[in-house]
Amino acid sequence: MTDRIKKARRHVSQNEGPIFEQSAPGKRGIELPPLDVPPVEARAALGSAYVRDGVEGFPEVSEIEVIRHFTRLSTWNYAIDLGMYPLGSCTMKYNPRVNEFVARLDGIATEHPYQPQEVSLGCLKILRMLLDCLTEITGMDAGTLEPAAGAQGELTGLLLIRAYLADTQGNPRKKVLIPDSAHGTNPATAVIAGYEVENVRSDERAQIDIARLKEIVNCDVAAMMVTNPSTLGVFEQNIAQAAEVLHSHGALLYMDGANMNALAGVARPGDFGVDVMHLNLHKTFSTPHGGGGPGAGPVMVKKILEPYLPVPVLSDKNGRPALENHRPKSIGRVRAFGGNFGVLVRALAYTLAYGPGIRQATEDAVLNANYIRKELEDVYELPYKSPSMHEVVFSDARQKKNGVNTMDIAKRLIDYGFHPYTTAFPLIVSGALMIEPTESESKQECDLFIDAMRAIAEEAATNPELVKTAPHSTRVSRLDDVTAARKPILRWKPKASSSASS
Amino acid sequence: MRYLPKSPAERREMLESIGARSIDDLFASIPEQFRLKAPLELPGPLSEHEIIEYFRARAAENSCGYTSFLGAGVYNHLRSVVTDSLIQRGEFLTSYTPYQPEISQGTLQAIFEFQTLMCELTGMEVANASMWDGSTATTEAVLMAERLTGRYRVVVARSLHPEYRQVLDTYTRNLNLQIQEIGFTATGQIDAAQLETAIDSETAAVVVQSPNFFGVVEDVARLAELAHAKGALVVTAITEGVSLGAVRPPAEADIVAMEAQSFGLAPSYGGPYAGVIATRDKFVRQMPGRLAGETVDTEGRRGYVLTLATREQHIRREKATSNICTNQALCALAVAIHLCLLGKEGLKELAVQNLAKARFALEELEKVPGVRRAFSGPFFNEFVVELPRSVKLVNAELLREKIIGPLPLGSFFPELTKRALFCVTETTPRAEIERMTVALRKILSKPV
Repeated sequence: MTDRIKKARRHVSQNEGPIFEQSAPGKRGIELPPLDVPPVEARAALGSAYVRDGVEGFPEVSEIEVIRHFTRLSTWNYAIDLGMYPLGSCTMKYNPRVNEFVARLDGIATEHPYQPQEVSLGCLKILRMLLDCLTEITGMDAGTLEPAAGAQGELTGLLLIRAYLADTQGNPRKKVLIPDSAHGTNPATAVIAGYEVENVRSDERAQIDIARLKEIVNCDVAAMMVTNPSTLGVFEQNIAQAAEVLHSHGALLYMDGANMNALAGVARPGDFGVDVMHLNLHKTFSTPHGGGGPGAGPVMVKKILEPYLPVPVLSDKNGRPALENHRPKSIGRVRAFGGNFGVLVRALAYTLAYGPGIRQATEDAVLNANYIRKELEDVYELPYKSPSMHEVVFSDARQKKNGVNTMDIAKRLIDYGFHPYTTAFPLIVSGALMIEPTESESKQECDLFIDAMRAIAEEAATNPELVKTAPHSTRVSRLDDVTAARKPILRWKPKASSSASS
Repeated sequence: MRYLPKSPAERREMLESIGARSIDDLFASIPEQFRLKAPLELPGPLSEHEIIEYFRARAAENSCGYTSFLGAGVYNHLRSVVTDSLIQRGEFLTSYTPYQPEISQGTLQAIFEFQTLMCELTGMEVANASMWDGSTATTEAVLMAERLTGRYRVVVARSLHPEYRQVLDTYTRNLNLQIQEIGFTATGQIDAAQLETAIDSETAAVVVQSPNFFGVVEDVARLAELAHAKGALVVTAITEGVSLGAVRPPAEADIVAMEAQSFGLAPSYGGPYAGVIATRDKFVRQMPGRLAGETVDTEGRRGYVLTLATREQHIRREKATSNICTNQALCALAVAIHLCLLGKEGLKELAVQNLAKARFALEELEKVPGVRRAFSGPFFNEFVVELPRSVKLVNAELLREKIIGPLPLGSFFPELTKRALFCVTETTPRAEIERMTVALRKILSKPV
């Protein structure tokens, strides 16, 4: 280990096998209160054709074993709570603890989605206030909080466009235009919404090419999906012109709001021509990513799309918020039970903490990204020189000369005590290093990161093997992905050798 | 602002390093006319204390102090402090999707254990790392069946949760899939005769929920025979996972789509929950969602990675099996922890307690004049009764007694007015069941 590694050093980490390997008959981790009604026998209650004699493969372990098992596992993870998590496009910012507290209150966590609205006024007011805040932040007119994640928000948005076009033009049209810099969810979503995908090349500055757009937009195009700022962290200068071109052909502009952390309080998509967009509350609005979810993907729309919003729609009844199910033009329901309410609670708590001061968070996020860019641009290649907003994208062009690629640099970053940045995305940059620090990092943490990245650049030149074989300080070294995919072992099975599936 | 770790001097210092005169320079790439000139009109800023006060005030406007007999896809079950404190460890709570396995082994092994638990529970061979919820899992299971069979017709039990049916409808409307509904019989089970005639050589999937929306357990083995005879796949939806502690798993199904909310997740006014898709090994490459798999590192040590990613949107884009990216990882972790705590014996005892409570409640209800059981089929912890008058009116009166009454089925099934879906779990005290039946007797004895 080199003395350049300042943020981390080795420490003992406990071994822990799958919990099934600790199981022994007769142990348990929960005791139930005694039954206060006459007991029944399952076979008699259900009939012998329908009964089961317990789940054979379930582990039998005590409470302390469960605590130790999952605590040990947790220590093998990196986390925002441990330091900077510079994954570009993921907006890994601080997850305020008070948000966790309020989401668990009795009267919040305990509420049933089908309970009468008379005893749900608190929940409804929370939904109303959050939707009003998101409307103000995005400059849109209305919205839905129902989608469970960004990808479902995208689908909801495209279904709204479909419904609008079918209703007003008698034809939902055929194609959705998607820039080559887009997230993979965009094209995957368009297909589920019943559209063909036409990939659109960006111009030499990685911006929307208005001339090309004019050529390809026709009456088959339903919409264009644009991420703004783009996945290069660059504001789309021509977004309003793109909206005009689309609108003049009767098509709509969808904005992927994954990068809203660069805009909140500074500029509003509703003002630059966006017709429909989604937000990722687990990005911009700080709800914890939890190792992969849950998230929430509210969709915000202009007035013209409001009649088609999924049910239930949050409306007002006698001056009070209410859920409305009777909406003849609605696209229907995209998820049962109205959405990830617990996530929405956390997002509102976040928004209330900042109020109008949310602009400061945006400014700090952009400041951090530009600071890192400035301090690293002499050692890492900057393929696009356009001004960065909340994230900066370098490439591994210089390090590749020594056989070191972006993934190697990312893995070496782990030894320096950081989570890697996003590797190999966006696709328009070969060997991308996509870095998004967010506003949650202090100058000191940014400096440590810069220092680590500069040290790795040196290592790539002087000792490439060290970088190519990183990480060197983790409990496991690089894992064999190829075998994992060729002979998948997707569940634990008794005996040491778990048998392979398909 | 307490979440922002910078002093004004540090901000100035950083701007200087960048060579910017002011922060506004960094936003110069946004065309001038789109830059906001005034602060947003938002409530706040609030201190931590004020945030808690605000949400406490909202909580007080909800149903605290009421006893509920609602289930219908969302269940009140015992949860544990152990689960909730473990999932709040920052290393789980504030970590990203485990794309970098060397520093995500905790999440990856936990997902691997979750997948194993879901297989054992459902009788399937492989399960994924979670879907958004039961409704979207059911829809994704249908889309998976379509890909596997290349067929376009889907036969759906009318006793599938109505909101699950609505979600399926929203998703499939533009995909040239034809949905046909199959009714139910006096047992509350799917009409097998009608089903048999409905399945043909273009049927991709038969979708049935068990226990179904009425709480009645279906004979999945028999339905699977009918479907498989015509080459169709069986998708079984499960909304009440606890049933699997006592009810035979749908082992004959081809795909199981489950809502795992019952295992340690709060009702939370609709979410977040945890959807599951489980299936047979041979179908794994058409599964949606993430999968954790076991492998070894360069030293031969056991470790876990996300695998078979060529099914997924970030690799395959428009050719992906699904657009799902973010799932419900932390909820799946809670489910896994909760099931480890319960273990084999605990889950069985929990399920049997639910059987007992529901039967006690039904017997008490049947003693009330004018109340009778609506369906004769085997049930778990939910059942339907017919009331002599409008369920909504009865519920309005129960609410005055601080009782949230059963679900009025008429709002989903026009043919089932005056039918009420009751749910009783281990969390419903006997005294509250008795208080409810006393109140109901009083309400029904009043002249209309």
